[in-house]
Amino acid sequence: MAKLEVHYTINGRAHEAYIEPNLTLLEVVRDELRLTGSKEGCGTGDCGACSMIVDGKLVTSCLMLAPQADGAEITTIEGLATNGDLHPVQQAFIDTGAVQCGFCIPGMILAGKVLLDQNPKPDEQEIRSAIAGNLCRCTGYTKIVEAIAAAAEA
Amino acid sequence: MHRFEYHAPTSLDEAVALLKEHGDGTKLLAGGTDLLVHMKEGGLHPPRVVSLHAVAGLDGITLDESDGLSIGSAVSMDEIASNDAIRQRYAALAEGAGVVGSVQTRSMATIGGNVANAAPSADTTPPLAVFDATAQIVGSGGTREVPVIDLFEGPGSTVLAGDEVLTGFKLPTPPADTGSIYQRHTPRKIMDIAAVGVGVRLSLGGGNIGEARICLGAVAATIIRATEAEDALAGHPPSEELFAKAAELAQAASSPISDVRGSAEFRRHLVGVMTKRCLDIALERAQN
Repeated sequence: MAKLEVHYTINGRAHEAYIEPNLTLLEVVRDELRLTGSKEGCGTGDCGACSMIVDGKLVTSCLMLAPQADGAEITTIEGLATNGDLHPVQQAFIDTGAVQCGFCIPGMILAGKVLLDQNPKPDEQEIRSAIAGNLCRCTGYTKIVEAIAAAAEA
Repeated sequence: MHRFEYHAPTSLDEAVALLKEHGDGTKLLAGGTDLLVHMKEGGLHPPRVVSLHAVAGLDGITLDESDGLSIGSAVSMDEIASNDAIRQRYAALAEGAGVVGSVQTRSMATIGGNVANAAPSADTTPPLAVFDATAQIVGSGGTREVPVIDLFEGPGSTVLAGDEVLTGFKLPTPPADTGSIYQRHTPRKIMDIAAVGVGVRLSLGGGNIGEARICLGAVAATIIRATEAEDALAGHPPSEELFAKAAELAQAASSPISDVRGSAEFRRHLVGVMTKRCLDIALERAQN
């Protein structure tokens, strides 16, 4: 089984890894590159805990083969804060009290960021549709929706 | 995931040559939202995976007044659902692509993958069929075109040979005064698979229905055209009674099974209700 060299720009920094092709992007980012903010929940694209922004698109990184993302620009939860200042969506989650166990939150925040980048003033229904692929097993959806709405006002 | 040999060809010729050399066990990878789930949890362990992401020329959408719409097989659901020309001229297709999975699914999943998986519940196949779309196929023997409605042999099975690649779709320009719609029923609002999907296109002419297409998803082993209902509509002025009759004929054409998403009886009931509803909306759209 031939190993492959892959190159990613993650949160503005160049990374490379030498991997077997049967790894997912999530596995490489977490286990090889040690960026563990992205989580694996279901592993089958249903829960959104592994969400990353790859070349501007929100994806479930558990369903993306690591070699398919070779050359990509990737944003993970670790890359949202700038110079120590939290991203408005991150700050809104804290201020609203939207975080319970926290496992789904990196994916929720990235889904919220992608929504607000495209639609700065979403209504409640648009927010709920935007996070339809992100499950919170604490069932804390009300505060999560409120937090994204608050970030839109910020 | 089990180990496999990975190939990322950069041309169609190279992709076809790999398929020809390595035979039927090789799986083509596009968006991965279906294939990877099967490889992780569904017991599918292909010895080789050929990724199409680096193949040039599969990712375009072009609209031409005479040739119609051309969509590459690697175009994502999100690109289709948000394309203004498709939303205006081929509304049913934008609607079908727009209900697949989540934001994440739609940014990864491709129309070629959605079709080639041959799920009877796929959300883009009834819309493609109501626009008389043809699938463009390239293999070691050359290229061929197959109407989308004739692509499927059963759940998960298409007429594509082991060395063939689905490269895109062509949709003729619909006549003026055309309205189309795709609706589906799902037990859950979002992130679910259709229990019933209905695609309808009505093209009007001189106060009558000139051409009608009704394609049903998830109520037979493949998507099916309700041709008797279409024939009953064509050449007649639209009316409540006519649409009710067509809905009955569509019901008669369906042969659903019972599963976790609904009983056969419920699905057949839905085909009637949804066909009638879709005809009403398609008519309204055709008139505006």
